[in-house]
Amino acid sequence: MLDLGSFDKVALFGGVYNNWLALEATVADARRRGAQAVVFLGDAGGFGPHPNRSVEGLRSLPIHAIQGNYDDSVGQGLEDCQCGYTDPRDNHFAQISYDYTLANTSAEHREWLRGLPVRGELKVGGKRVRLCHGSPRRVNEFLWESTTPAGFIDHLCREEDVDLIACTHTGIHWERRLADGRGVVNVGAIGRPPNDGKRTVWYSLLEAGPNGIENRFVAVDYDWERLAREMTGEGLPPEFVETIRTGWWTTCLEILPGRERARGHH
Amino acid sequence: MDTLWLQVTGTLCNIACKHCFISCGPKVDRHKMLTREACVAAMDDAVARGCREIWFTGGEPFLHPEILDVLDAALARAPVGILTNGMLIDEDLATALGERFRDAPYNLEVRVSLDGATAEANDRIRGKGVFEATREGIRRLAAAGVELIVAISVLDDNAPEREEFVGLLRELGVPRPRVKWIPVFRMGREAGRQRAYEPWEVLAAEDLAAEDAAVRLMCGTGRTVTSEGVFPCPILINEPAYKLGSALGEAMGAAPVDHPACATCWQESFSCST
Repeated sequence: MLDLGSFDKVALFGGVYNNWLALEATVADARRRGAQAVVFLGDAGGFGPHPNRSVEGLRSLPIHAIQGNYDDSVGQGLEDCQCGYTDPRDNHFAQISYDYTLANTSAEHREWLRGLPVRGELKVGGKRVRLCHGSPRRVNEFLWESTTPAGFIDHLCREEDVDLIACTHTGIHWERRLADGRGVVNVGAIGRPPNDGKRTVWYSLLEAGPNGIENRFVAVDYDWERLAREMTGEGLPPEFVETIRTGWWTTCLEILPGRERARGHH
Repeated sequence: MDTLWLQVTGTLCNIACKHCFISCGPKVDRHKMLTREACVAAMDDAVARGCREIWFTGGEPFLHPEILDVLDAALARAPVGILTNGMLIDEDLATALGERFRDAPYNLEVRVSLDGATAEANDRIRGKGVFEATREGIRRLAAAGVELIVAISVLDDNAPEREEFVGLLRELGVPRPRVKWIPVFRMGREAGRQRAYEPWEVLAAEDLAAEDAAVRLMCGTGRTVTSEGVFPCPILINEPAYKLGSALGEAMGAAPVDHPACATCWQESFSCST
């Protein structure tokens, strides 16, 4: 387990999905805001163009990294992304981005992805934070806002003996706290917008406050037009490019719970 | 324990489908309705064990006279899914479900079973007039803003086309059609419709040695409560040998997975999470 130590302010992000432009913008923004540590919660690849650029970014910047299911798959050269989709159409599109990412990630970068730790821990203002990709117990477990009840959060925090669980994997950021301040912060993804019809992407800033850990979700603008052009240039499906241009998800939708699905366009 | 299945109406159903693996029907009360109190007790017990979702099944859950009270109790604790044939969803019930879909603390999934995109295809399995009633239920749910899912059984070698169902749902006013394919289990009435399981159709030890064995099988992460006790899954409730106890506390040990239905669950990675 990756133990990062104690901080007053940290930035957490997940789901780069090959969006190397959003990665650069996010890390610059986090530094500007005074984050003492920047932590990536997994899934470097998928969806976007030029996979090597994102991994190069992750490796050259002073950030810490946790392994996501995509990183495990690409690292080991597995047959699919292990995202946990159950619908044939979802799997069709997921396979296109996975095959592209696997074919275009260098052997050296794959080795780095393979070696990433799957869990981590840090402290913010003395409170313990578990770092993971899906959930603390399973790398590809989806923790959505509408399907992660308080009783389950209490159960997970007890099992992990932590105050806060920080995760990603769903691509939509949300937070739920129990009355005593323990809780889950899903940091969302910087690789694509959270199915809200806007083009900005999001990460999380945790800061020590008078009442424990305070979380703030931060919106990041980046050069989405350039990303869309590069995706088209790489021959990636127009459905993926549409998401970058419009902010609405077009694929991998069946995994969304009803309430999250109802907020989207497709 | 992640998932609590409540057999809220037991084996009582308003229809008697030819592929029903637990042979539910209007007079079938092998498993009786659960009282509201029994449902709440099971929910509290499950939540204390880390449960993260509750599913209502039967039979037909909307036959239960206190279904909205039971639903509210569940939604106060966890996200809820309801498996229904949709036939009993009138305007008032659709409105009540729409309110809960929008405003409850957690997600509400309403999963409507439909086994054909036409009356002819559906009613050969589910009974005369069912298609029409289910279609109206779907129309009302959509009008009430419920993001429903249609569950389609794969009845024959040739599965119906997804686009047929998507087209039907759009016609009924569903803005973002969601469909889910469900395998058949060769038990109950289904054993007589096509064929029963052969005794050799069981899981091999190598299957169970896999790393993801626990989360692939429904019994790896859930339990089913009926009026008759606790079972590993909603599929095996008519198999007395698989009863695990009379309350959840007695039923948390590993469940036997040597029934042929366990192999279907494994092969299809049968999970009622979306």
